[in-house]
Amino acid sequence: MSDPIQKVSIIVSKGSLDGVYPALIMANGARAEGIEANLFFTFFGLDVIHVGRNEHIKISTVGNPGLHMPTMLGGIPGVSSLTTHMMERKMEHLDIPSIPEFIEMISDTGAGLYACKASVDLFGLTQSDLVPQVQGIITVGEFYEKAAGGQIIFT
Amino acid sequence: MTATLISGVSVELNAEGFFEKPEQWVPEIADELARQEGIAVLTDRHWQVIRFMRQEYFSRGSGPTVRTLGKASGVSVKELYELFPHGPAKVAARIAGIPKPRGCI
Repeated sequence: MSDPIQKVSIIVSKGSLDGVYPALIMANGARAEGIEANLFFTFFGLDVIHVGRNEHIKISTVGNPGLHMPTMLGGIPGVSSLTTHMMERKMEHLDIPSIPEFIEMISDTGAGLYACKASVDLFGLTQSDLVPQVQGIITVGEFYEKAAGGQIIFT
Repeated sequence: MTATLISGVSVELNAEGFFEKPEQWVPEIADELARQEGIAVLTDRHWQVIRFMRQEYFSRGSGPTVRTLGKASGVSVKELYELFPHGPAKVAARIAGIPKPRGCI
């Protein structure tokens, strides 16, 4: 049998619902297996830990062939919200937590949550814009230090 | 599948250390199972989780995930990881003598 994975560091760079959930599920699932886990939020992934914004993360209905919806239709105002709402209801039915609740849960598992300094500066944010579960705003170098000895997953 | 003696009780475990036959489990062997998982002493809080694991398994046919444990066992997610640092659902399932819970959340 191969050596078990001991540690994962997952980078979240997307700000769409479908771009975010896989990373959160992987981080939470890693902790459930006893694997050490870090989440590093960069670029639009910062919305996931942004107070007020993380309740409004939407599915991208434009340029998303997986939705099987004509791009013209996906671009109509309200379609993204409606599609997101439908997906959220389905997720609730399956007991998949909302993003703010998921972040709280992942933090409770002992995973590390960090914001990317370059992105925080780029968007003009400060620590007070971020949810309290974020343990720090760190540089890419500090990220690599935290990720040392484990696997890095980019999403 | 191998037959293993735990505190004098013969039980069948799979390659991952989970019980093949949950009915072979008796509470008296939990302490020894816990020690094998690196837990020196089982507290009342551990037992609350262990009892919930078995109750869920026998009523639903599968063990609960960490999410379900956090919502329904009376022990929060944070405390679950303090009690079972190497993965609450997985480790508690081994100690409670039930198969590994399946579920992504």
